[in-house]
Amino acid sequence: MRGGLSLIAHKEQSTGLAIDLVAPPKIASLLLAAQNLPAQILVQAGDDVRVGQTLAHTHTTRLHASVSGRIADIRNDNGQYTFVIAGDDADRRDDSVRPIGDFSSMEVEALRTRIALAGITGLGGACFPTATKLAAAVHKQAPLLIINGAECEPFITCDDRLMREHAGDILFGVQVLLYAIAGSQAIVAIETNKPAALQAIRAANKALSDSRIQVRAVPTYYPAGGERQLVTALTEKEVPSGGMPPDIGVLCQNVGTAAAVAKLIRTGEPLIDRVVTVTGSGVREPRNLRARFGTPIATLIDACGGYTGPLERLIMGGSMMGVALESDELPVTAATNCIVAATLTDFQPPGREMPCIRCGHCATACPAHLLPQQLLRYARLNDRPALSELGLRDCIECGCCDFVCPSQIPLASTFIAAKRAS
Amino acid sequence: MKFQTGPAPHSVGSNRVRRMMLLVLAALAPVVIAHLLCFGWGILVNILLAVSSALVSEAFALKLRGKPVQPFVTDGSAIVGAVLLSLALPPLAPWWITVSGAAFAMLVAKHLYGGLGYNVFNPAMAGYAALLVSFPVHMTRWLLPAGLTTTDLSLTQTVHIIFSGQLPLELTWDALSGATPLATVRAGLILRATMDEIHAQPLFTSIVGAGTVGTGWWWVSLAAFVGGIVLLATRVIRWQIPVAMLVATFVCAMFMHALDPGRYSTASFHLLTGATMIGAFFIATDPVSAATSDRGRLIYGAGIGVLAYAIRAWGGYPDGVAFAVLLMNAAVPLIDRYTVPRVYGRP
Repeated sequence: MRGGLSLIAHKEQSTGLAIDLVAPPKIASLLLAAQNLPAQILVQAGDDVRVGQTLAHTHTTRLHASVSGRIADIRNDNGQYTFVIAGDDADRRDDSVRPIGDFSSMEVEALRTRIALAGITGLGGACFPTATKLAAAVHKQAPLLIINGAECEPFITCDDRLMREHAGDILFGVQVLLYAIAGSQAIVAIETNKPAALQAIRAANKALSDSRIQVRAVPTYYPAGGERQLVTALTEKEVPSGGMPPDIGVLCQNVGTAAAVAKLIRTGEPLIDRVVTVTGSGVREPRNLRARFGTPIATLIDACGGYTGPLERLIMGGSMMGVALESDELPVTAATNCIVAATLTDFQPPGREMPCIRCGHCATACPAHLLPQQLLRYARLNDRPALSELGLRDCIECGCCDFVCPSQIPLASTFIAAKRAS
Repeated sequence: MKFQTGPAPHSVGSNRVRRMMLLVLAALAPVVIAHLLCFGWGILVNILLAVSSALVSEAFALKLRGKPVQPFVTDGSAIVGAVLLSLALPPLAPWWITVSGAAFAMLVAKHLYGGLGYNVFNPAMAGYAALLVSFPVHMTRWLLPAGLTTTDLSLTQTVHIIFSGQLPLELTWDALSGATPLATVRAGLILRATMDEIHAQPLFTSIVGAGTVGTGWWWVSLAAFVGGIVLLATRVIRWQIPVAMLVATFVCAMFMHALDPGRYSTASFHLLTGATMIGAFFIATDPVSAATSDRGRLIYGAGIGVLAYAIRAWGGYPDGVAFAVLLMNAAVPLIDRYTVPRVYGRP
């Protein structure tokens, strides 16, 4: 495997801590990212809603109430809908929340529809609708299911904890997903730096004795859990440029997604919560928390004893690809795998930018085998043909180039902007 | 609560341009020490002159260009260039040679092209080449290594010679200076001497300490090799350029020596004299003016090795590393264009 970095994991603060529940929030703000797709709004302000009730949907995504109570407000900021529910603490369940039970007696298509109706999306951070991915895998007849438990980004431990504590659920989810794509083989991939998770999944797999499922340890490096990098590490095949894993017969799903699918089958509960790692030296007691969507991040911080002092940044995700949040009033969504309350003791933020000295460290680090320094030059010249020839679209935005750049040039963000502009 | 935002990644590694330049300077220390032991105090005076001239020239250029002076003058790149130029100059070169060479390197070769990161040509080698074609007599007056001369110059004498251009009364240039091994071989061949006859000259035979005095250059090369290993180990440079250049030089020299040992020096002679080692690890590896992809760097390094050998064997100058580097600098855009690595997922 060429490229990538060996990073300080920063996981030791939270990796040993079991997942705790946070109480459902008094006020839940739920986001439906419609992204200019037509959205069907099924409730009105003032309506009484129950946990699991559908609030709105687009063609591919669905949003469910994560708490019971009354719709206090529905906002629309340029296609970004926010549903504010004033919770009643009763946690009344919607009638639609009923166990499915024996999935293997269902039509495969009906099962995928059920997963779509439950609003399940990828929980690795990208939030791609799971049913859409399953349909693509079926369309391409992809036989191999890869379950991504690499969790290569610094700070994040939610998948590690999930694997240690819910190995059986994850493997049950793998069986459901295999059925949903009529797949023949599944590989659960875990980085070597998570021996406890590896052991838990291996033990559960042994108990299950499903010969279609294997557990594989993958080398620890960043970005080992990048979808393309993981596919190549496990199959020695490359996902074609501009294509997706199903093009080479592979479907990738995160361990959290598998667990969510398992929960849907067993309880009928749609996707209304997730595990969030709250960590960083800016928070008093790091924890792994299972939080309902719509819970304000500030509530999670409070559950962790509050801030220790002023923060350098509040990051959603890890230190490499996470988003710096401007406010802790923002709610937990399916993408909130981790909150890093970062101070200067956690890491070195980029400093003064110098000119590129063409050292090529970025090219050595690039897992997509690009020449970031050349891309930078053409991005600044806005030379689109040169950018596309050099593979701007193949950039996975991992930030390895920024990390090694001795001139501290913001390469990844320049490439992201150039992608958006073209 | 509100927080500062900014693009990902939020954390970066500890490598900096300045750190790389400081490591290069540290790796150059053994070379400077070897030079000092073999050729006397001159190198220290040259380094002082070249570094001062380079820093003043760079500050001046930055001011003219309206760029911030402090971050660029302190990035270390001007110092590295000045030290490399000093190592290429004769140890008793008059002060104005050193000063004007360093100024040329900074003002013309570096800042006229846009400063750090934008220079097409290696500034130190451009400065050296400009001096060599402008002042050929001064530039070829090399000191004989310690032991071959009857007098060791003191620091005061050295400073006096460099600043006044005058030798002390009791000394002559003939007694102090002589041709380098490469120049000796070249001159000998022009006089139709055989390699055996050339190597019978005092430069190659007088025994001083551990070896012949010709080994003065040898020790400098060895020190450059040690420094080069430090650069590789600290990942300031990667192996492609030095290995390609040394292998290319070795292969050319071995082939020609095998064809006609009477006219062509041995491979080890080519590797250990002149600027081969220092060129392979410190000059050709200047990232700004080198090719960037791994494959490109192999071609670039090999090109320098072949051209440097060709200039030595058949060209008009005893050593060819500087011109070979400059020629390959000019070829970099072409090399870069044709050595773009295969992108992940593409055929």
